[in-house]
Amino acid sequence: MTTDATLKSDSVGESRERLYFAFRNPKVVIGLAIVLGLLLVGLIAPLLLSAEPTQQFDAKSASPSGEHWFGTTYFGNDVFTQFAYGIRSSFMVGALGGGIAFVIGLTVGFTAGYRGGLVDEFLNMLTNVVLVLPALVVLIVLSTYLENRGPVSQAIIIGVFSWPWVARAVRAQTFTLRNRDYVDLAKLSGKRAPQIIVREVMPNMASYLLMSVILLFGGAILFAAMLDFIGLGPTDSISLGSMMQQSMAWSALHLGLWWWFVPPGLAITAIVGGLYITNVGLDEVFNPKLREM
Amino acid sequence: MGRYFRRKLLIYGVTFVIAVTINFAIPRMMPGDPIARMLAQNKVSNVESAARMHAYYNDLFGLDVPLWQQYLNYWGALFQGDLGVSLFAFPSPVSSVVLDALPYTLGLLLPAILLSWFVGNGLGAIAARSKWLDNTALPVSYLLTAVPYMWLAILLAWVGGVILGWFPVAGGYSFSFSGPQFSWNFIVDALHHWFLPFLSLFLVALGGWAIGMRNLVIYELESDYSNYMQTLGAPRRLVRRYAFRNAMLPQISGLALQLGVVVGGALVTEVVFAYPGLGSLVLDAIQNQDFFLLQGILLFIVIGVLVFNFLADVVYVLVDPRTRLGLEGGAS
Repeated sequence: MTTDATLKSDSVGESRERLYFAFRNPKVVIGLAIVLGLLLVGLIAPLLLSAEPTQQFDAKSASPSGEHWFGTTYFGNDVFTQFAYGIRSSFMVGALGGGIAFVIGLTVGFTAGYRGGLVDEFLNMLTNVVLVLPALVVLIVLSTYLENRGPVSQAIIIGVFSWPWVARAVRAQTFTLRNRDYVDLAKLSGKRAPQIIVREVMPNMASYLLMSVILLFGGAILFAAMLDFIGLGPTDSISLGSMMQQSMAWSALHLGLWWWFVPPGLAITAIVGGLYITNVGLDEVFNPKLREM
Repeated sequence: MGRYFRRKLLIYGVTFVIAVTINFAIPRMMPGDPIARMLAQNKVSNVESAARMHAYYNDLFGLDVPLWQQYLNYWGALFQGDLGVSLFAFPSPVSSVVLDALPYTLGLLLPAILLSWFVGNGLGAIAARSKWLDNTALPVSYLLTAVPYMWLAILLAWVGGVILGWFPVAGGYSFSFSGPQFSWNFIVDALHHWFLPFLSLFLVALGGWAIGMRNLVIYELESDYSNYMQTLGAPRRLVRRYAFRNAMLPQISGLALQLGVVVGGALVTEVVFAYPGLGSLVLDAIQNQDFFLLQGILLFIVIGVLVFNFLADVVYVLVDPRTRLGLEGGAS
């Protein structure tokens, strides 16, 4: 995705102006509303629900009703309970996995772009190699060997394999920024490299970084759902992907139990789609050229 | 051009070595004894045969020699095409099991990738042109890229297979055929089974290309050369054509980069439709703790992805003269 971040200096007035435009932008508002709404479901619903996701009720394969909002599974589990717990775990894996990928990508990108030379050659090679590796397949092999899988270990391996495109973009932008006058001035005044990167270089790509965090978050959720669907999800908890896996394994398709497989996929689509829409809106906020379109 | 290819080949070479090394290292670094787990999973209860199989796998892993020698032996076996024996399809060698499944996956992937690329790019370029189309095609495209592959596959199987009953929901061909064969009936039947998984992959991939192309064309139309041509009075069609051609370049390198994602999508789509390709094989391998098979599949996919990446590079050189002349550009 090409996101053309504006490389202008930030100031207090400007960020306030951006905030103003952000809340005026329907895409940002709608996208955020969807994501935050589902986040609230994931945070609050498990506290209010009395049932456990593994608890089996007498009503098996029941269609949605007042008692079971999203119906029950073949085994009599309440689908809404599983759904709420699943959303919670999706957000957790997304935040942790996306966060790890972001930190690695940022570190590699800044180091390569700012240092240049041999360090850059090596890091660039590393980035390209991880970029070419088919991530999901490597993740599948790694997860299969893990005997006890939890959301945390899943998030870590997802993060370790999804950072390269961030690193590449950050490196490219750092290249263009590192020879600016104010960076030279900072160097002359004796500031150390990490300080220069954090204080002088990073603020100039803040908008881009914000958008890549959002994309990484969504990407990690999709990755986790795919792993869960193949049966490599957390061994001790429920997730949206494993709900879909269960529904397929017990032929919900042929039994017509659509309430079992529709909600989890819909939730993932809504979260990831909401994130993408927010991103497009933010792009318009940061990039006044697009705003006029 | 030479420098460009040397650099690319170096990256692919290093990637291959790393993939093989990961393959080598995972079973040795992970806690627990994978061989014992494999045997336990497969319920080899006969003590004598269990001991023999344990010895056989120990020998096959070559765990009785130093690590560096194990590593060299691993490469040696690899170059002889020896990926071990599949447990799940015992006693077939891993390479033949994978090769049997490969045509189905390629048959799904290649048309889905190429068609979604062409249609998506066309759609995106048109969307950048008309506000009305932009407002309808763009949200749909974002929806499609956000859909998890397997969920769209499940929905299509449910609607097209169960509710409407137009398409079969499982398998690569009907049970009435004992195996793949060359006859019209079989080909029609296989296409009938192929359509839904293909459609599912195609649709998810389509959205991303359309969005990318739309953004790139708009970006190109705002660039200096477009403005310059417009002030010179060049016809709009000509300006748009130049914008489109320039926007193609990132989309070609994007084609190679997206490949890993689409392959992952194909795996889960095959699982939904029980389509007899690599995806179903991965599932079988996981459920049977068949590590040799799983690692063989990983290796095949890595090789496939690298070959495809290289082909994309060749196309890139043919399309972008700057890489041919050794200028900067195409530095993806």
